[in-house]
Amino acid sequence: MIRWLVAAISLSIAATPVLAADPIEIGIGYLGRAGVKAKLSLVELPAENDGLAGARLATEDNNTTGKFLNQHFTLEEVRLKDNEDVAKSAAALAGRTGFIIADLPADDLLKAADALRDRGTLLLNAGAIDDRLREQDCRPNVIHVAPTRSMLADALAQYLVWKQWKRWLFVVGSHEPDKLYADALRRAATRFGAKIVQERTFEDTGGARRTDSGVTLIQRQMPVFTQQAPAYDVLVAADESEVFASYLPYRTWDPRPVAGSAGLVPTSWHAAQDQWGAIQIQNRFVKLNSRHMTALDMQAWTAARMIGEAASRTKSGDPKAVSEFLKGPDFSIAAFKGRRLTLRDWNLQLRQPILLVDGRMVVSVSPQEGFLHQVSELDTLGADRPETKCKLQ
Amino acid sequence: MWHRCLLSGMAVWLAAATPASAFIAYVSNEKSNTVTVIDTESWTVTKTIKVGQRPRGIEFTRDGKFVFVAVGDDDSIQVIDVAKQEVVDTLPSGPDPELFALDTDGKVLYVANENDNTVTIIDVEKRARLGEIQVGVEPEGMALSPDGKILINTSETTNMAHFIDTTTRQIVANVLVDARPRFAEFKRDNSEVWISSEIGGTVSIIDPAKRAVTDKISFNIPGLRSEAIQPVGIGMTKDGKTAFVALGPANRIAVVDATSHKVTKYLLVGQRVWHMAFTPDEKYLMVTNGVSNDVSVIDVAAQKVIKTIQVGELPWGITIAHHDGH
Repeated sequence: MIRWLVAAISLSIAATPVLAADPIEIGIGYLGRAGVKAKLSLVELPAENDGLAGARLATEDNNTTGKFLNQHFTLEEVRLKDNEDVAKSAAALAGRTGFIIADLPADDLLKAADALRDRGTLLLNAGAIDDRLREQDCRPNVIHVAPTRSMLADALAQYLVWKQWKRWLFVVGSHEPDKLYADALRRAATRFGAKIVQERTFEDTGGARRTDSGVTLIQRQMPVFTQQAPAYDVLVAADESEVFASYLPYRTWDPRPVAGSAGLVPTSWHAAQDQWGAIQIQNRFVKLNSRHMTALDMQAWTAARMIGEAASRTKSGDPKAVSEFLKGPDFSIAAFKGRRLTLRDWNLQLRQPILLVDGRMVVSVSPQEGFLHQVSELDTLGADRPETKCKLQ
Repeated sequence: MWHRCLLSGMAVWLAAATPASAFIAYVSNEKSNTVTVIDTESWTVTKTIKVGQRPRGIEFTRDGKFVFVAVGDDDSIQVIDVAKQEVVDTLPSGPDPELFALDTDGKVLYVANENDNTVTIIDVEKRARLGEIQVGVEPEGMALSPDGKILINTSETTNMAHFIDTTTRQIVANVLVDARPRFAEFKRDNSEVWISSEIGGTVSIIDPAKRAVTDKISFNIPGLRSEAIQPVGIGMTKDGKTAFVALGPANRIAVVDATSHKVTKYLLVGQRVWHMAFTPDEKYLMVTNGVSNDVSVIDVAAQKVIKTIQVGELPWGITIAHHDGH
């Protein structure tokens, strides 16, 4: 009788995978600020669901895989209004989901990270490119999927140097993020052997980004602003605030290409990227969201896929197990960039190739040929292990 | 005069004597929308056939009279008549077909549709769709077990080998492998199925009976970053003793002892090597080099590259058969 019972129990154990028990539920939160970022070009105005749409596609992809593994993924969006406290909202969201994809400014992200420190919630930074978040302000519960400013700057500089456009006329905006990007570009110039022949500041005197007679005025301003420059090969502009850079192409006093915040732009993703099977994700994205896929969409897709990938490898939805796998040596993710992406273990930054785009096409992909590294060529982009100021406890 | 007579007579005699070992190779050129025909006697290009957009997966029919080529951007599979050397028909596949597998009788075609997360089943004779199977994200690699009972499909973003029962058309097992699995190849004795993972950089060996990964092959080439080693196409000799694995942008073919699963040699070929096919006598292995726009010929016994043949732009797939069709 007992033997029979044992046999029956072991039979039922063997059969469970087929019987489809309740799936493991894996909740992912998406935390961002409400409001749309200003852009000079109308065609670049981000959609309201910029970023979130990528996470949504990844959740579909995760669920297609999950149905074979009895895992089910859900996505919950939280948008913060102007005065809303990020720490409180993050804590509330963390009560419902073990993972939070963050599209937050640097200070907000740090507040959220510190508020969740003891909860075991894993934050994936999809939006902030600030180097300090991976350096002096790094946190052990934050993985960075977005590239850093210095990764973007290095990617651009490698190409400009490869192209032998080594003399840069450097134009920097007057806002804080412009200055941070300028710092990264200056560092890149020194690292890869470009020379800044002159630096100019473009003061933001305020005013509307769109006016009825705008073009006439810009056409007079930009040549004047760029005249009497020393001999240079390329104008490099640092204008994250979207005040002037997009006005520069075709309007410089000397006929020179523009790069940086306009012209040839370094980015983690672009709707024109079609190499390495990317056409498939572009098609899936357009089908789901009826618009093109942006860099922020891709960063959020990658973040949600990293959770899905770790969940399928560990067969678990537990944030601790997933987090450990992501930080461990066996993690890598395929993200249509022609090679596997891995985490830098010293600051939890995702290594990734950077695309150089002209607005319509992908011109090149960095790291460029010939920029070598003893560990990974991807580590020629951004702060490397010996330079890091990050101490993960 | 008699001299010329004798010479031409000899030529006729030679030509008559050759067919026994003369094969033809069909190579799909992803970028130029053509298929290159190569004569393996002279190793020369004898014809370039215009096909649809983005030709990739390519396979002779069992009788050798036709060649199927998946033209992904036209959402169909075209049929090339080998005698006429032109496209004569189209099969209805799902969207963006890439690789496909033909059953033993040559009557049923299984197609991986990358855009749709499906495998489409096509009745070759009736030119009709028999059904669809839902699989993981971005289905790609396709292989039928030697007994035809199990179809393997790999899905590139789900990172699995799906085992599909060809009778019930149901998935019976899912085996996780490394990132971006692209190609599947069975040993003829059904003892192993090999799955290449392009981004993971490995080949997983699955026991088809246990439906579990039993071994994994890694590749280590001095002076090359591991990220550049991206296994794609796999070729295995009929005796199951030697395997060849194309390593993509590593520009090499790994020669693997298929019994011990140890890499014995790396052969330098062209840039971004994709797929491969043996001549039916297994004397030669031809591999497509995507970026250098050529095909390398490997002497299988000597394990040496003996020749390079220029083809169209971005060569991808290759299939080889007898000249007279089998």
